[in-house]
Amino acid sequence: MTTVELGMPDAPTPIDAAIARSLEQHGPKLTELKGKDFKTDQEVRWCPGCGDYVILNAVQSFLPSLGIAREDMVIVSGIGCSSRFPYYMNTYGMHSIHGRAPAIATGLAASRPDLSVWVVTGDGDALSIGGNHLIHALRRNVNMTILLFNNRIYGLTKGQYSPTSEVGKVTKSTPMGSLDHPFNPVSLALGADATFVGRAMDSDRKGLTDVLRQAAEHQGTSLVEIYQNCNIFNDGAFELLKDPATGPMWTIPLEHGKPLVFGPDGASCVVREDFGGLRIAETNQVDASEIVVHDATREDPSYAFALSRLSSQDLRYTPMGVFRKVRKPSYEAMMAEQLDEARLQGAGDLAELLAGGDTWEVKA
Amino acid sequence: MTGTNPTVAPSSSNGALATSVSTSAPGGLVKSVVELDRVVIRLAGDSGDGMQLTGNRFTSETASFGNDLKTLPNFPAEIRAPTGTLPGVSSFQLQFADHDVMTPGDAPDVLVAMNPAALKANLAELPGGGLLILDSDEFTPRNLAKVGYATNPIEDGSLEGWQTVSVPLTSMTTDALKDSGLGKKEAERSKNMFTLGLLSWMYHRPTEGTIRFLERQFRRKPEIAAANIAAFRAGYNYGDTTEAFAVSYEIKPAPMKPGRYRNISGNQALALGLVAAGQRSGLPVFLGAYPITPASDILHELSRHKSFGVRTFQAEDEIAGIGAALGASFGGALGITTTSGPGVALKAETIGLAVMTELPLVIVDVQRGGPSTGLPTKTEQSDLLQAMFGRNGEAPVPVIAPRSPGDCFDAAVEAARIALTYRTPVMLLSDGYLANGAEPWAIPDADSLPDLTTAVAFATEPNGEDGEFLPYLRDEETLARAWAIPGTAGMQHRIGGLEKADRTGNISYDPANHDFMTRTRQAKIDGIAATIPPTDVEDPDGDARVAVIGWGSTYGPIGAACRRIRSSGRKVAQIHLRHINPFPADLGEVLARYDRVICPEMNLGQLALLLRAKYLVDVQSHTQVRGMPFRSAELAAVIQDAIDIAGPDTTAPDTTAPAAVDPVAVNGALQ
Repeated sequence: MTTVELGMPDAPTPIDAAIARSLEQHGPKLTELKGKDFKTDQEVRWCPGCGDYVILNAVQSFLPSLGIAREDMVIVSGIGCSSRFPYYMNTYGMHSIHGRAPAIATGLAASRPDLSVWVVTGDGDALSIGGNHLIHALRRNVNMTILLFNNRIYGLTKGQYSPTSEVGKVTKSTPMGSLDHPFNPVSLALGADATFVGRAMDSDRKGLTDVLRQAAEHQGTSLVEIYQNCNIFNDGAFELLKDPATGPMWTIPLEHGKPLVFGPDGASCVVREDFGGLRIAETNQVDASEIVVHDATREDPSYAFALSRLSSQDLRYTPMGVFRKVRKPSYEAMMAEQLDEARLQGAGDLAELLAGGDTWEVKA
Repeated sequence: MTGTNPTVAPSSSNGALATSVSTSAPGGLVKSVVELDRVVIRLAGDSGDGMQLTGNRFTSETASFGNDLKTLPNFPAEIRAPTGTLPGVSSFQLQFADHDVMTPGDAPDVLVAMNPAALKANLAELPGGGLLILDSDEFTPRNLAKVGYATNPIEDGSLEGWQTVSVPLTSMTTDALKDSGLGKKEAERSKNMFTLGLLSWMYHRPTEGTIRFLERQFRRKPEIAAANIAAFRAGYNYGDTTEAFAVSYEIKPAPMKPGRYRNISGNQALALGLVAAGQRSGLPVFLGAYPITPASDILHELSRHKSFGVRTFQAEDEIAGIGAALGASFGGALGITTTSGPGVALKAETIGLAVMTELPLVIVDVQRGGPSTGLPTKTEQSDLLQAMFGRNGEAPVPVIAPRSPGDCFDAAVEAARIALTYRTPVMLLSDGYLANGAEPWAIPDADSLPDLTTAVAFATEPNGEDGEFLPYLRDEETLARAWAIPGTAGMQHRIGGLEKADRTGNISYDPANHDFMTRTRQAKIDGIAATIPPTDVEDPDGDARVAVIGWGSTYGPIGAACRRIRSSGRKVAQIHLRHINPFPADLGEVLARYDRVICPEMNLGQLALLLRAKYLVDVQSHTQVRGMPFRSAELAAVIQDAIDIAGPDTTAPDTTAPAAVDPVAVNGALQ
């Protein structure tokens, strides 16, 4: 059988050419940029006072330090207030449909390992209509960073309870209080074996930036739950943690390698309990050796899961920071490896493929 | 052997032409060879009997011998229904001939029934006088009772109307394998190969291909390979020496256009077409799919072609399958999703997003019986209106359909051409019959396939007057928007499902803009008609007054019916559509030429509805949803009625026309 030269395999594909061209003409790396460089000309249309502004500013300010060019960054979002995020970022972006951003981002990241892919989503988008895509993205470990803005309410549809709302929440759709038990997004992600899970507060610029940086640098799927205040429909939802008077009491800062001691004067701590669980103790009532030293790199997710279970739905004892950060091959890298392996015998030849199997010749 | 008819006479139950040639065989037996122009064989057995494999092997042998052929696999949705029951019957029908054939045949000439259930489920379709081969070992009281036979049909005379040969296929297989070291149960499983051997002898099929296949298939279990080959040879030799079959049949190769051929199923052809589209466009192929009958084989096939840079992603659900494909398209890949009707329903919202974001995407719907889960393994054409309109808002999508298994290849390339050129999702409507059916396929010259590189021109420079990039600035001719992919410096932009402002693509709620954009999206799809060929009309007489119009897999049955009509001296035109949205530009004009237009469809009249709405033509809809392709005799009757109603043909010189005969009863060779 003769093989037909397509005249193409050696020539760069349009994608290769576009990437090569863009490498030549690459715009300044984000490191050389200022926050304003990735503001767009679009008017930001969140309600005045919304926590989303704070997050947008934090992201815009910290991105330059990542050293990624704007054109190499893609932000994919679903539907909801938070999902307007891409319009305000001078990167590539897609404001997609409700719940599907992780699926769309998966296809993009899997076929373009050269890009930095981000998903911006909310508690309704990611955990209700898009719950399935979220857990599957996490178990696959496609290289992308998912920012889950959790305001514990449906804002864009004007105030129904969400899958993270506390039981008994009185909203327009639940005048006698909601019946649903809420998801703990961090527990859910860890249950899906997510390789990176973190939590941060919208108003805590330093803490948020620190978690975001680690998430962005992680190879694989990172999930960052960001507590975000909806000042119109669920104002003060995180006040317990934000109020300088109560916040330190109920917040457990997670620092890798540091003992889990928290509260005013370090009065509280985290110690082990039976069945692999964790519990809160008074620091002066336990031996220092009993206090858990935080290790985000534990392969077994049970520890991080136990941490996530310390907090109740009223937000008391909420760990903030990076719960889990483990190395695992990322999906798109393994996919690319399979393609390379398949090409070891040479790139596919179309004429050969078409003439594959049992063939016969009909003579003139 | 308890046959009721010891020597089988030449079969011509379906009007096949037979010529008898005597010859002698070893052992002093005089065996005659009868030349036939065509045969329809149906193999029927339990789901576990391997009938599909047997049919596929016989098909491969027949294809490589050079006959033209069409196949019709027919199997239950249950993987293994209880053994020996009617719901568990699986069958495989093929027609092969010394001329081109358009269908797998209306009815079999030969029925092989491996058990009482297979006999009961299929006998009604075997015309009187047809050849019936039964495995007598399986006609036990227990198996007979399972399907409600009070007496054994082999013995009670109820099969007298057919040429019945009952052969102990099972025990002859185990006898042949008694030294193989296999247990009885295991040896029995080779009875399908024994049967294949017998049929291969009967129809003078080449055997090397099957032996090679078995060696390859069981290369890790050489004892199983050896047993199957032994059973296959034993069946062949049995045919050669037994008195039960005094006749074997010869069907000469069909004249075909010179070239290299292979046997191909629709799903396989479609997958190869997608690989070819990737190669010819220079884009990496990305398939996002969720397993679903009868489309999964496309996913399986594409996943084998990683050396072409094809990425296949088995998603968590149908929505993620298309979502990932659209994400890949955004990144500059040829995004594809494959599914069946229920999957299309789930993908609808993402198709709408692809319409709004104006990104290329190929959606393959291998249609099956519906609604809901419907008939997963059966064929139907009832997703046409879903493909056309199954989305919120005004969301026009081009729709194209292949007409035969091999044509799935060209349809896939065409779907990619439209998707890439016009930056739009495209619906490709295959169906269960095309997907699993097979035919000989002239292997195309890879070099002569359409060059799709011109369709892919990524925007790399700002196109706005002020040096900005305007993602919704359009090509004046195609109305396709500028497509810049991530990674291209200075071209950062945001797209999404909210209404876009013309040119800039920014969010716009402006009433006039929405009206303009809605009409522009429609105009873009309508404009595709400029690049598609004129309507395909087959009217050898040139002055038919009745036309039959179809789309998709009905091409074969309609074509066969038209041949019958023409051979009876009547005139009919066949119009077959590849493009259903948009229609070819001249379609309205073409339809207006005919007094009557008949539209057979495997739905309740979906194309007819579109044609009537668009062209105000009084299309006569003829429909069936039996999960099976049309029978050409049935369609011929419908066409004949229409011709009769249309009245005498005053333009045709009646005197020279052959005497009108009943086209329904006309020689089955025209199928």
